[in-house]
Amino acid sequence: MSRPAHRRPEYHKINKDLFVLTYGALVAQLCKDYEKDEDVNKYLDKMGYGIGTRLVEDFLARSCVGRCHSYSEITDIIAQVAFKMYLGITPSVTCNNSSRNAFSLILDKNPLVEFVEELPAGRSSLCYCNLLCGIIRGALEMVHLAADVTFLQDRLKGDSVTEIGITFLKKLDEKKYRRKK
Amino acid sequence: SSGRCWYHRARGWRMAGAVPFVFLHAEMVAELGARDTDTDPGPGGQKRSLEGTGFRVGQALGEREELDALKFLCKDLWVAVFQKQVDGLCTNHQGTYVLQDNSFPLLIPMALGLQYLEEAPKFLAFTFGLLRGALRTLGFESLVTSSVATLPACKFQVVIRKS
Repeated sequence: MSRPAHRRPEYHKINKDLFVLTYGALVAQLCKDYEKDEDVNKYLDKMGYGIGTRLVEDFLARSCVGRCHSYSEITDIIAQVAFKMYLGITPSVTCNNSSRNAFSLILDKNPLVEFVEELPAGRSSLCYCNLLCGIIRGALEMVHLAADVTFLQDRLKGDSVTEIGITFLKKLDEKKYRRKK
Repeated sequence: SSGRCWYHRARGWRMAGAVPFVFLHAEMVAELGARDTDTDPGPGGQKRSLEGTGFRVGQALGEREELDALKFLCKDLWVAVFQKQVDGLCTNHQGTYVLQDNSFPLLIPMALGLQYLEEAPKFLAFTFGLLRGALRTLGFESLVTSSVATLPACKFQVVIRKS
């Protein structure tokens, strides 16, 4: 019988687990520090924002994304390039309004909750993955796009899907966006 | 511009999966560290909190290795030796695992009469050793027991011993 496969360290898997487990430990720590769910959510969003403002540079360097002409293209890139690259998943994108500035990312799989079966007791309003909203918001702001990013639905709260809503706040100013960063 | 082809998989995609942890860690050092010094002005405060988080994550990663070893037993080892997989695996996440086999092949010849139930342990002893030996090679010390309620179904209880 040959040596079982798992004896060779699966670095990719260990690394992904490392991020997911560390994130879980962070949420647990914040739940200890803050009594109110809203405060934990706000803090996760704030930390995500900080990460997003720095992550966008890493993303642009790795992905060689070209110029975008619409909010729809930008949302597609977030879902099909950024999420795929960093988390290995591809949320599907829907457009929520006729002005085409409000979109949803539907997460069918969510690696962040791989080890989470349900929200902790007494934490029914916790947006467990709120870091993601902050990251998207921070990254967009660094490319001069203001947006509101929140969870519209959450499987951990009993909804049928997990849905992140992105609402771009200003009309896409083409002239401004063409300017080199 | 060409519409659909606005990106391509540059070499930068490799190792991108390692990036989220690095960025999260940096943010944790900045944020948690800043908050810790408010409540615990001692010089070790910030590092203790981060170290505690690291410790918990390390424990969880170690548990994944243990679970992988058990899955090897339930799938690869069982198929190689008994031509079937274990039917169920449970754990209390504290080092105890229960392997459920609804039709354990070494008990099947005995399954004809209930009066043989007290003979069952003799037919399981070899398999106890098999499990302990396999786990030893995989780096785990263990204790194996079993319970047989209805032949030929049985449960093997494996307790991983912390060194």
